[in-house]
Amino acid sequence: MARFIIRRTLYALVTLLILSLTIFMVIRLTGDPVTLLAEPGAHAEDLDRIRAEWGLDRSWPVQYLTFAKNVFTGDLGKSFNYDMPVSTLYFQRLPNSLELALAATLISFLIGIPAGLISAVKVNSVWDNTGKVIALFGLAVPGFWLGLVMILVFSVWLGWLPTSGQGSWQHLIMPAVALGWYFAASLLRLTRSSMLEVLRSEYIKLARLKGLPGYVVIAVHAFKNALIPVLTLAGVNLVVMINAAVIIEVIFAWPGIGRLLYEGIFQRDFPLVQGVVMEAGIMIVVINLTIDILYAYIDPRIRLTR
Amino acid sequence: MAYVTEQTRAALGAASPGWAGLRRRWLRFAGQLPVVPLAILVPFVLVAVFANAIAPFDPTDPIPGAKIFAPPFWAEGANPTARLGTDFQGRDVLSRLIFGARVSLIVGVMGTVVAGGIGTTLGILAGYLGGWVDQVIMRITDAWLALPALVFAIFLATMVGPSMWNIIVILGAVYWTRYARVIRGEVLSLREREFVKLSEIAGASSARVILRHVLPNVLNSAMVLASLTIGVVIIAEASLSFLGVGVPPPEPAWGSMLADGRSMLMVGDWWLTVFPGLCIMMVVLATQLLGDWLRIRLDPQLRNL
Repeated sequence: MARFIIRRTLYALVTLLILSLTIFMVIRLTGDPVTLLAEPGAHAEDLDRIRAEWGLDRSWPVQYLTFAKNVFTGDLGKSFNYDMPVSTLYFQRLPNSLELALAATLISFLIGIPAGLISAVKVNSVWDNTGKVIALFGLAVPGFWLGLVMILVFSVWLGWLPTSGQGSWQHLIMPAVALGWYFAASLLRLTRSSMLEVLRSEYIKLARLKGLPGYVVIAVHAFKNALIPVLTLAGVNLVVMINAAVIIEVIFAWPGIGRLLYEGIFQRDFPLVQGVVMEAGIMIVVINLTIDILYAYIDPRIRLTR
Repeated sequence: MAYVTEQTRAALGAASPGWAGLRRRWLRFAGQLPVVPLAILVPFVLVAVFANAIAPFDPTDPIPGAKIFAPPFWAEGANPTARLGTDFQGRDVLSRLIFGARVSLIVGVMGTVVAGGIGTTLGILAGYLGGWVDQVIMRITDAWLALPALVFAIFLATMVGPSMWNIIVILGAVYWTRYARVIRGEVLSLREREFVKLSEIAGASSARVILRHVLPNVLNSAMVLASLTIGVVIIAEASLSFLGVGVPPPEPAWGSMLADGRSMLMVGDWWLTVFPGLCIMMVVLATQLLGDWLRIRLDPQLRNL
């Protein structure tokens, strides 16, 4: 187990290293970073001063080592516009994003798991086909367009819900549905296939042979085990939703991490963009590592095979 | 081929179904084609190809003398020539939708081709060569997978600057990872198969084995993945354009049309939001259905992909 944890942690570190290298290279290959840092129309002296200030006059390997060292010590640079460290800004916005992501997760659970369960138990029935249609639309209807249409219907036409902002539960409903929509569909698909797999297994046949009532077999024996991959996906989804809800947060003026990234893009606040992207990557790598280790802890086979 | 005797030739001739059989096979194939997705996709493709001939107005210029924000033809105060209304500059929404189909489909298909090309190549190299090449490629894949695709695409688009071809390359660069993973897995098992082993023993070079024996056997999976990627890429393009880092204005893209219409949503000008979104939805829906059909047809093992 110790060896497994060490190897996985090393992999995670390598992943982060490549990630930081990628971000570092992209910035330098697509143009002179000084032009991103300086005001448009700055003088040559100013550019040189900025170059020296940010260490951009040094060689690339030296620059990268500095960048990597800063990233690993949690220093992601300073935003121009806010004049604050990026990591401070990121963690200020994190609770808002978390609130939205948790609400969206709840909604995706409420839709995805029951629908997936019914689809699997009653394969090829009307329920299953309804589930398939929901899953299809979940992937085909862009969440942000769903958000716009909901604003049109529930805020503009019916006047039931506020169009944007944060505060009460009424503010939370539409962004959470728009964000959770896509994930509801993926949870539905996974719950269905996971349930189907479990229902085919030997111990379920045994439970049925023992004469247990159908709902006990499904609820106690099958569902509990089918839930493991589903919960894993939900965990990964949660982290993605926290970091990638850019458009939904823009549409609903939700003060989360996605909007921070958007502001960074539009104000040409380049350290902010770089920092948020890096932070998102770190968070996901750490979560993936945690899930891997938990899995290995639960299921010894994983430790041995990989 | 001295070994081919008269009898074999006769047998071959008998086995060959001739023209009647060909026609029958084609009819059977046509009968199995998925009707719903093609009924949606084919019109969109035709509209995209013949946009210049079909569109009633120039998509980037305002209609001379037209009011801005005119509603669709059935509503009160509509402009009879602009069937689906006009936008904030007085441009024809229908014409912009028509040319937008071109942008969406080109980005969707080309982005998928780029992603598939990169991913398949890297997947084959990693799986076939193994060793440190495999390690390097798979660690890069892991690292690129660690970023949410859209955030990564936004980051790249901000850095590179907006243009349609940049967006294609960016989306290709973001979405190749899944191909690399799946294809590598397949190549790992192909490498153990006899026809590959025998070809290696016969002295074929790595390049020859890859091109003659490995590549043809992973193309099915690549096709299936591609059919599932197109929709994702189309939505990603719309998202980038919506945020203003995608296809730059005045080029009509469905995503930027949604962004343009957003400010008028509050006063109830619904047509600016509903029509582009419906177009995106229908195209993506059709590609998903086509993908499902292809998946079941080409590779039953991939059903749970």
